[in-house]
Amino acid sequence: MALWEQLGLRRSHGVGQAGWCWTLVAAIVSVIYFFPVLWIILTAFKSYGDALAVPPKFIFTPTLDNFVAVFSRAYSSGSKAQDTGFSLYFFNSIFISGTSVMLALIIGTLAAFGFSRYPLKGNDIYLFVILTTRMLPAIVVIIPIFLMFRVVGLSGTYAGIIFLYTAFNLPFAIWMMKSFFDELSPDVEDAARLDGSSDRGVFFKICLPQVKAGLAATAVFGLILTWNEFLFALLLGGIETRTVPVAMAQTVGGDIGVRWGLLAAIETLFLIPVILVTFALQEYLLRGVTFGTIKR
Amino acid sequence: MSTIALRRLTKRFGNFVAVREVDLDVAAGEVVCLLGPSGCGKTTTLRMIAGLERATAGDVVIAGRRMNALKPERRNVAMVFQFYALYPALTVAENIAFPLPAERIDGAERRRRLQRVAKILHLEAVLDRLPAEISEGERQRVAVARAIVRDPNCFLFDEPLSRLDIELRQTMRSQIKEVLSGLSKATVIVTHDQLEALTMADRIAVMRDGMIEQLGSPHEVFTRPANVFVAGFIGTPQMNLIEADLVRVENGCAVVVLGGREIELAVDGAVARLESEKVTIGIRPRAFAPIDRPAPDTLTAVAELIEPMGAETLVHARGETGQDIRVVLPRERRISVGETLHLRCDARQTHVFSASGQAVRS
Repeated sequence: MALWEQLGLRRSHGVGQAGWCWTLVAAIVSVIYFFPVLWIILTAFKSYGDALAVPPKFIFTPTLDNFVAVFSRAYSSGSKAQDTGFSLYFFNSIFISGTSVMLALIIGTLAAFGFSRYPLKGNDIYLFVILTTRMLPAIVVIIPIFLMFRVVGLSGTYAGIIFLYTAFNLPFAIWMMKSFFDELSPDVEDAARLDGSSDRGVFFKICLPQVKAGLAATAVFGLILTWNEFLFALLLGGIETRTVPVAMAQTVGGDIGVRWGLLAAIETLFLIPVILVTFALQEYLLRGVTFGTIKR
Repeated sequence: MSTIALRRLTKRFGNFVAVREVDLDVAAGEVVCLLGPSGCGKTTTLRMIAGLERATAGDVVIAGRRMNALKPERRNVAMVFQFYALYPALTVAENIAFPLPAERIDGAERRRRLQRVAKILHLEAVLDRLPAEISEGERQRVAVARAIVRDPNCFLFDEPLSRLDIELRQTMRSQIKEVLSGLSKATVIVTHDQLEALTMADRIAVMRDGMIEQLGSPHEVFTRPANVFVAGFIGTPQMNLIEADLVRVENGCAVVVLGGREIELAVDGAVARLESEKVTIGIRPRAFAPIDRPAPDTLTAVAELIEPMGAETLVHARGETGQDIRVVLPRERRISVGETLHLRCDARQTHVFSASGQAVRS
């Protein structure tokens, strides 16, 4: 007898059918996973003293001071509060991630459609080579890229970092989107052709709407990747193009020790866009990440 | 004029010849079924007419115009696919109206046409739904609607009914036939289901190994099969094909040796052309008339398995040389396992095929 049967559990096949026991297990697992995030959010609303209290406080008087301090604070006691530059860093993060993911999605989708529908001789080799660019750890290629960027004058520019992130996201986008295009029934495209659609019409009107889930999943994965990227942003980004992860690291130190509340506030703000996007695309995401299961 | 003409149409995939020099003319308003077992080249032929496959050799002429080099979107051909190939992201109404912009039909005319075909095919209630939200039968009707909403040069159907259950298939068969009869377009239907072909076609092209084995009316291919293949392929239960040695032909009777016994079979006069050789005798299970006692012109068989089919009874019997003989008897004729049958068949229903498999008849 299977374990779940011994425990009086039953297998469920849909939302709302799960037994109370499974629901409980799921709840506990979720809490464990979510706890660090919850702790960050709580800390963001704590005063300096509360953040460091031992034993840790779950009940405290919330304050918004940390959030104000993210954007404007005094660097030493007694001096005037000044702009921290974080509004720019947040803009940079959103702009750079958004643009590079968009570019990777556009180029990747077109490339994937090509690989899927108009295979070349050695198609698989090309696809493999594209994938190999992701097989090296970033740290291995950072120095050559740094030198190349210096020579062509891309370091410290938006174009440079966007270009890099786009290239970074492309292999994933191509592979992911290709698998989605491969799943589509060729009959549907043939039908559209016979109904008078050009190749372009077939792509935009017929194929693209069918791979929405894939686009959503690819976008979210790419977004998380670039949103959290630190190494390249640190070494290739300039002051003007600094992103939040880099700025956060540079905020850690200070004359009065680590300001956990401030860091937590930055992180809480930093989480919001990703959560919003994920929720917005949730409908497609589940189908997107379980791609084998799309029904024809 | 809506016509299709194929001239020595050939398709090779590498060394494999899928379609071999097929000649076929479909007149305006005529329905031709390409019928054959899977892999016989019928779908490839259809796809070449549509332009989805490029012909290796030969010509595709649609509405009097050679179309070999034309892309599918330029041929103005309407096709219904086996798996319907509906556009999943578009509603039923959008699916049906999809081909219209390419024909420069918009606005009021577009709505009018949509309403008209939706009415013909009883789809008014589901126009706003997505293909995933309607039944299999409705999907099939949407696929047909999308084809007939246009004014194409011709219609192509690829196994249009294969996904429907038997009851629905019957309804759709007559419905498609009715719709097509009002359109006077050349139509080609690909099917492996002979009942579909026999009921829907004006003419049937029976295909095997990329070639047309016989082209004729449903009546013709059934009553006058050109060769052993067509004889065995058309008709259920399958025609009995009995190999025998032809000894001589006298008085309109062929004397054949079966299991050491000479049997006189009434046959077509043209059989006299044959010298003594190996022949195949073809007799349909319904063509037998059982009589009470053996005669020189009867086959003898022992009933082994009895399958009541409602109105009739199918009997699997063992012949003199051990071959399986299928006999269909009327329901009233009681029969039991082990009973010996003496089977007679008249000349018009006894087919004789020469050693090369070709039918011999005048």
